[in-house]
Amino acid sequence: MLAEHDRAERLTEIAKAEGLYEEIHLLKEDGTLAGPVDDIPPEVMVAMYRHMVFSRAFDRKAIALQRQGRIGTYAPFEGQEAAQVASAMALAPEDFVFPSYRDHAATMVLGQSPANVLLYWSGRVEGIRSPEGRHILPPSVPIATHVLHAVGAAWASRYRKESAVSIAYFGDGATSEGDFHEALNFAGVFHLPVIFFCQNNGYAISVPFARQSASRTIAQRAIAYDIVGVRVDGNDAFAVYRAVKEARSRALHGLGPTLIEAVTFRMGAHTTADDPTRYRDQKAVVEAWQKRDPIVRLRLYLESQKLWSEADEAKLQDEVKRRVEAAVEEALAIAPPDMEMMFDHVYAEEPWHLAAEREEYRRTREGVSV
Amino acid sequence: MSRMLNLVQAINEALDLKLADDARVVLLGEDIGKNGGVFRATDGLLEKYGEERVIDTPLAESAIIGTSIGMAVNGLIPVPEIQFLAFIFPALDQLFSHVARMRYRSQGQFPVPMTIRTPYGAGIHGPELHAESVESFFAHTPGLKVVVPSGPYDAKGLLISAIEDPDPVVFLEPTKLYRAFREEVPEGLYRVPIGKAKRVREGEDVSVFAWGSMLRTALKVAEALERERGFTCDVIDLRTLYPLDRDAIVESVQKTGRAVVVHEAHKTAGLGAEIVSLINEEALLYLRAPVKRIAGFDVPVPFFALEDEYMPTEARIRAGIEETITF
Ligand SMILES: Cc1ncc(C[n+]2csc(CCOP(=O)(O)OP(=O)(O)O)c2C)c(N)n1
Repeated sequence: MLAEHDRAERLTEIAKAEGLYEEIHLLKEDGTLAGPVDDIPPEVMVAMYRHMVFSRAFDRKAIALQRQGRIGTYAPFEGQEAAQVASAMALAPEDFVFPSYRDHAATMVLGQSPANVLLYWSGRVEGIRSPEGRHILPPSVPIATHVLHAVGAAWASRYRKESAVSIAYFGDGATSEGDFHEALNFAGVFHLPVIFFCQNNGYAISVPFARQSASRTIAQRAIAYDIVGVRVDGNDAFAVYRAVKEARSRALHGLGPTLIEAVTFRMGAHTTADDPTRYRDQKAVVEAWQKRDPIVRLRLYLESQKLWSEADEAKLQDEVKRRVEAAVEEALAIAPPDMEMMFDHVYAEEPWHLAAEREEYRRTREGVSV
Repeated sequence: MSRMLNLVQAINEALDLKLADDARVVLLGEDIGKNGGVFRATDGLLEKYGEERVIDTPLAESAIIGTSIGMAVNGLIPVPEIQFLAFIFPALDQLFSHVARMRYRSQGQFPVPMTIRTPYGAGIHGPELHAESVESFFAHTPGLKVVVPSGPYDAKGLLISAIEDPDPVVFLEPTKLYRAFREEVPEGLYRVPIGKAKRVREGEDVSVFAWGSMLRTALKVAEALERERGFTCDVIDLRTLYPLDRDAIVESVQKTGRAVVVHEAHKTAGLGAEIVSLINEEALLYLRAPVKRIAGFDVPVPFFALEDEYMPTEARIRAGIEETITF
C-alpha cells in the first residue's frame, strides 16, 4: 500500500514539475494581476462584469421566485459567474453549445433570454428554444451524456469544413460517468475541435470532489487521452476567458480538443430542493469562498484601471434590477400553454396513433363538449 | 436491372447508394471500416468513401450513439452500427434520453435524423447476448421509429427510406436472414415506405402477423396448412413496428375474424400484446376466436444449445393457428 501511495505521490510530483496541475491565475483576489492581460480588451472586461452582475441578480431572483412558488425547482449557480460568463464570451456565434441545467449565466451571455430560463424552470418547453442564429442545445438533464453530443457536433463541423467549435459544460460529478471518458477518448482519437469545460464546483449534490474522484484534478484526466488539459482558477474571469480563447483557437487550427477544469464553488444549494447544511459546514465554506468572489475581484480591478466607477455601478444596479424584473414579468405573463402542445414535435410528421390520441384528448378535455 | 441478392448484400447496396447520393451521410461503428462489419454489411465502403465517411470507432456504444446525436444536430445524417443488439444497452441512455426526445424538447429546432442499424434476433447460434430481440423497448419509446425487414428487397428499400427519414429510426436486421436466401433486388435507389405493412400471402381463415425471421417460419406453416388442411392464412409482414400499420392489421382481422401474432421476443409485454390490444380496440366484434400470441418464452434467451426451442417453432406456430381456426 505504502509503495503504491509513494508512487502516486511521485507521479503527482512529476506532473506538478511539468506544470500539469497548475491552477492558472491572472486576476488575484485583491483585484491585482498575476500576469499581463493585454490580450483582453477593456470593453470585454467591462462586458464580463456587467454580465456577471446581471447573472447573480437573476440567480438570486430565481431562487426567490421558487420560494414564492412562482417557478418550480431551480439550480443556482452563484459563485460560478466568472466560469460561465467568461467562457461564453470567448465563444463565437457559430459555435455549438451543449449546456447542463446549471449553465444559464453562460447561455444568457450567448443570447438565451432570461425570461426563457425562468420559463424552463416553470416547466415550459418553450424555455429551451435556442435564440435565432445560435446553436444552444437544450440543457442536458442526464449527467455527462451531452459531452458526447459536443464531440459529435465538432465532428460534423470539421467534416463540413466549418470553422465552428463545440463546447460542453458539465460539473465535476460528470467526470465520473462513462460518457465523459468516452467523449475524451473519441475527441482524442479523432482530434476534434471540441472544448470540454468542467466547472469543478466542489460538489455533486452532496458528494465532495474528494469522494468523487481519486485523481487530484480533473485536468490531469487529459493526460490519459493525450489531449490538452488546463486547470484554471474558475473565479478568475480573465484566466477562464484566456483558457477558452486558446482552446478555441487550438481547435480551429486543427490541434484538437482541450479539457478545461475551472476550479470554482457552488455557494448555495445544489437546487432549491436541496439543503447543503446536511453535508457541509455551509457558513464556513461560504465565508472561505466569499474571499474568492469572482465579481468582487473583477470590480476591484476595473476600478483600479478607471474602467469602472461608483456612478457606473449605481447605474448598472439600476439597470440590472429593471432587466430582472422585466424578465420575471415576461415569463409570468406568458399565456398558459396549450396543453395540446404535448403532442407536437414528437415526429416530423404525426403518426396515426398520435393523431388518434390527440383527437381523443381533444374530445374528452374538460370544458369541451363532447 | 435486378439481381439476386441476399439480405446483407442488399443492406450494403443501400448504404453504398446513400453514401454516393448524399454527402451528409456518414457511417460509424465498431469494425465497420477495414473489416467491413462483422457481418460484412459495410464491406468495401471504406475503400470507396474514405475514413471521413466510414468511420471505425473505438469500442464504446454510448459514444457511437452520443456523437451521432451531435453530428445530426449539426447537419449530418449518421448511420451508426451497433455490432449486436444487446450491445446497445450501454447506449440506451443516449437513445432514450436524447435521440428519442431531442426533436420534442427543442420543439423541432434540433431534430436528430439517424438510422441505428443493428443485427438482431436468434438463430445463428451465437454466443450469449447475441440473440436478443428487445424491439419492444424501442417501440415503447415515443420519438423513435422501429423497422424490421424480412427479406433483401424490403431491406434495401426500407433502409433507404430510414436514412432519408427526418426522424431517428432503429433498424433491426434479422441476423438469421442475412445470408439465408436471395431475392431479386433492383439496382439503384428505390424506397419501401416506413409505416406500411405488407400482405405476403392472401388467406381467409386467419390473420397471421409476423416480422423479421419469424415471417419466414410463419409462411412455411401457412403453406403447409393450406396444402394439408385447406386452411388459408392472411400473412402480414408488419415491417414497421413503431408506428404500427393499424389499417393493415384491422382490415385483415375484419376479413378473417381470427388472428395470431408470431414473434421471437419474450411474450410478456412484447409487441404481440400491443397488437392484440389494437385488435381489441378496433375490431373486437369481428373476432370469432381469442387472438393468440406465439412468442419466445419469458426466459433469458438461452445459450444456443437451447436456442431453437426458445424460438417459436413451426410446430408451435402450427398448433396456435390450428387452435385459433378451430376454436
Ligand atoms: C445520469 C444521472 N444520474 C443522476 C442524476 C441526478 N443528479 C442531478 S445533478 C447531480 C449531481 C451532478 O454533479 P456535477 O456533475 O458535479 O454538476 P453540478 O450539479 O455540481 O453542476 C445528480 C447526481 C442525473 N441527473 N443524471
